[in-house]
Amino acid sequence: MSQMAVQDAPSAAAPNKDAQVCIGVKNLDFYYGGFHALKNINMNFFDRQVTAMIGPSGCGKSTLLRVFNRIYSLYPEQRATGEVMLDGRNIISDNVDINELRARIGMVFQKPTPFPMSIYDNCAFGMRLYEKLSKSELDDRVEQALRKAALWDEVKDKLKQSGMGLSGGQQQRMCIARTIAQQPDVILFDEPTSALDPISTGKIEELIEELRADFSIVIVTHNMQQAARISQYTAFMYLGELIEFGPTTKIFMEPQQKRTLDYVTGRFG
Amino acid sequence: MSDHISKTFDQELDQLRRLVAEMGGLSERMLADATIALVREDTKRAQSVIATDPKLDELQRTIEDNAVLMLMRRQPVANDLREVMASIRIAHDLERIGDLAKNIAKRSLKVQGHMQLGRAMTGVEALSRLAQGQLKDALDAYAQSNDKGALDVWSRDGQIDALENSLFRELLTYMMEDPRNITFCTHLLFCAKNIERLGDHTTNIAETVHFVVTGRALPADRPKGDSPSDPTA
Repeated sequence: MSQMAVQDAPSAAAPNKDAQVCIGVKNLDFYYGGFHALKNINMNFFDRQVTAMIGPSGCGKSTLLRVFNRIYSLYPEQRATGEVMLDGRNIISDNVDINELRARIGMVFQKPTPFPMSIYDNCAFGMRLYEKLSKSELDDRVEQALRKAALWDEVKDKLKQSGMGLSGGQQQRMCIARTIAQQPDVILFDEPTSALDPISTGKIEELIEELRADFSIVIVTHNMQQAARISQYTAFMYLGELIEFGPTTKIFMEPQQKRTLDYVTGRFG
Repeated sequence: MSDHISKTFDQELDQLRRLVAEMGGLSERMLADATIALVREDTKRAQSVIATDPKLDELQRTIEDNAVLMLMRRQPVANDLREVMASIRIAHDLERIGDLAKNIAKRSLKVQGHMQLGRAMTGVEALSRLAQGQLKDALDAYAQSNDKGALDVWSRDGQIDALENSLFRELLTYMMEDPRNITFCTHLLFCAKNIERLGDHTTNIAETVHFVVTGRALPADRPKGDSPSDPTA
């Protein structure tokens, strides 16, 4: 047997220690009318890292995601206080251009949300709204986005066909393409695979792993194994509080809090 | 075997195999060098074997860390699960093989200058060659996922036991002939015993390879020759 050199393990698990803070959350509280849904959240999300949010239903993980791209602003009775800093600006303050913010912080939902238009138009939708691009520039960006979303080879011959005709997994990847076509800094995934079969789930997970090279990613998932597989950082939330946040290996191998341990080992939740 | 959807998973599995292969290469060399050190009274070589052991221990730790991380992250099943389990088991056996080779190297330093019985060495050398061949074949079987190769190794272990047994009798005769031989021969007896133990670990590796390839364990009663350490023999 030949002698081989030891190489560093290609571990997707290890967080990049030098990663810069991308979103800094400080003393964040959130209210649905009178209901206090997020209680004094303090944590950092790192640049080009995948952060998974886990916790039982109703713990506030999706709410936190909704704060990041201000979806809650659609509803007058919902409000947030505290700081969510992106590039030195508090994005929950009133003087933020919400459309610009949503172009920088894209979101992919649990159920694929194809618009009733062609695959091409689905992907070009955001760019047509916010950017003045020539036809060829638009073509390039759509192709680039579809390639990055690992969908190009499957749809390149039917870009004019309706996006609604794709399979669930393909629709979800098209939605991801629509999001990344905007060239955002951050992509939020709200349980992106819970409506998909295991093969499509595997493809989306692999895609998220690849997208990490270009984007910061926050993913809410009910599937703890998924969090363990694809994230570098994990946050465990419970009843609106952030119980524990740290490198994924730490959360799943030696959590510091009893409640985290009970949750990740399937003892409660 | 076709690739996983997750490329990183494939890379992690490859890496695990590479690390086990590297441990295999190191332990093979340690055994060969320890034997040469003993037979040729080569102090430098003995010391280099002793110095290599921490490296082997470190590799074992890396393999265990990686394997535990993979169990945590990937929740492998079927052949992937067996592969990860196998890496932990084989790394453990190779680490023990390294320890036994190191012990031979240490004993070689003790018997230096007392080589009054050169002919006694011939038997130890032959025993070691047999064990080296077995180890090489077991590691090749692992690298190639070759069940037949593993079964061959498994069924041949009796040869090592038989040779150790005859060596035991030979060394006993030398000791009875002249009590001044006792210290030297006792060291050689321990070396022979180490090689026999090392053969058992090699057989474990073969059993693990069979488990990886087929998913089944080999019967508990593998063919064994008489061993002087076996009170029933």
